[in-house]
Amino acid sequence: MLLIDCPWCGPRDEIEFRYGGQAGVAYPEDPAAVTDEEWAEYLFMRDNPKGWFHERWFHAAGCRTWFTVRRHTVTHEIKPGGPDGATDPGGGRDAPDRRTRFRRGRA
Amino acid sequence: MNESPHPDFLWRTPEPRRAYDVVIVGGGGHGLATAYYLAKNHGITDVAVLERGWLAGGNMARNTTIIRSNYLWDESAAIYEHALKLWEGLAEELDYDLLFSQRGVLNLAHSPADVREGMRRVNANLLNGIDAEWLDADEVRKFCPIVNTSPDVRHPVLGATLQRRAGIAKHDRVAWAYARAADRLGVDLIQGCEVTGFDIVGGRVRGVRTNLGRIGAHRVALAAAGHTSVLAARAGIRLPLQSHPLQALVSELLEPVLDCVVMSNAVHVYVSQAHKGELVMGAGIDAYNSYGQRGSFHVIERQMSAALELFPIFARARVLRTWAGIVDVSPDASPIIGLTPVENLFINAGWGTGGFKATPGSGWVYADTIANGRPHPLAEPFALDRFTTGALIDEHGAAAVAH
Repeated sequence: MLLIDCPWCGPRDEIEFRYGGQAGVAYPEDPAAVTDEEWAEYLFMRDNPKGWFHERWFHAAGCRTWFTVRRHTVTHEIKPGGPDGATDPGGGRDAPDRRTRFRRGRA
Repeated sequence: MNESPHPDFLWRTPEPRRAYDVVIVGGGGHGLATAYYLAKNHGITDVAVLERGWLAGGNMARNTTIIRSNYLWDESAAIYEHALKLWEGLAEELDYDLLFSQRGVLNLAHSPADVREGMRRVNANLLNGIDAEWLDADEVRKFCPIVNTSPDVRHPVLGATLQRRAGIAKHDRVAWAYARAADRLGVDLIQGCEVTGFDIVGGRVRGVRTNLGRIGAHRVALAAAGHTSVLAARAGIRLPLQSHPLQALVSELLEPVLDCVVMSNAVHVYVSQAHKGELVMGAGIDAYNSYGQRGSFHVIERQMSAALELFPIFARARVLRTWAGIVDVSPDASPIIGLTPVENLFINAGWGTGGFKATPGSGWVYADTIANGRPHPLAEPFALDRFTTGALIDEHGAAAVAH
């Protein structure tokens, strides 16, 4: 079982999460204007690397935040976030890392 | 069985030659079957099967050996039924006991929606000339007495589809039989040979690069299941595939207790009892992408809880081992067979959770596709371009394992 580091709640068991697949797949800006090939690329084509993969997870049984991690698809090692300087690849709102403040508040 | 003593070696271990007419990448069931049918049906024997590990050590060694053809859509029914008909004569053809047992497969229905879907599938199967029956809960109990058909459970059994010609076979023996037959027809089976790249000149494949050096080829055929995306990327081809772990397990050896195959879509478990006596159970896929050949424990835990509700008699059976294979899942739960944007480079992938049952049919149509440079009629609907045209073959219902 994976131990996934939620940016809000901290490390939690995989069973609390839903998988969101590849990060950075943006909805076409003008879906009516894309070609069939571009639409197929958006709908069906995804990276499937053997190695590091940027992917989305949803903390369904927790804070219900979507976030991006890097995970190695052979070792299953997980590192936080996208590449340095990247904007949120999912086009949604990634929670900033508030764990320090959250934990301090609880203590 | 009156088999003569088993020989030490069923096939040669040749050094790779510098070039072949056809190079098949992947020495699993589909690759071996493809090599055999290339030689037998098309007289193409200048063939090498390159396997990076050992023959049939990937998903061929990791599946739950279920064979059936009760798929919903015409295109799927045609190719899986073609496979099942080949299964029915395969032991004689390959002169090898495959322990093929047509013991019947039940697909349980647990909700009114399941019942409607199951009845629809039975009707669709009958229209396609495939044997199919609908059983109500009472008939399910008579066919398989150890299934819990009590109405007082979380997922009560309301009925089931039954395909009597469906069943199981011994996966290793299938691989060995195809390997031996292909080898005898002159095919080189080369283990420990990993394809690291492709030589592509002017949009046409000329050979493969491997850890054993370059091997020239007029035609190259991918048969690499979960690793197809990795290989295709080396040829500059992007595919709509995601690789996931698919877990299964066996119990310790038990007395005969279950003489059919039972599958349940809703609770994600499928069970049979192997000839040797172990219960063989499969789960749904793990949600995340992986090449790690292992999955998460909670998937096994949920699979077991579902199995125990269906089969309370299994409560004290102990798990002997669990494992995972890496399955390449396509968006419509149907395979991708045919040509690629690179000339003379062929693809056969995306079988997801259901590749074993298709082995003979897959090899048959793939060999024909490679030999003639155009899709076999049964493969035509499974072309890569269906994801652009939109002509998907949505088998999520009949594929039986959550994708």
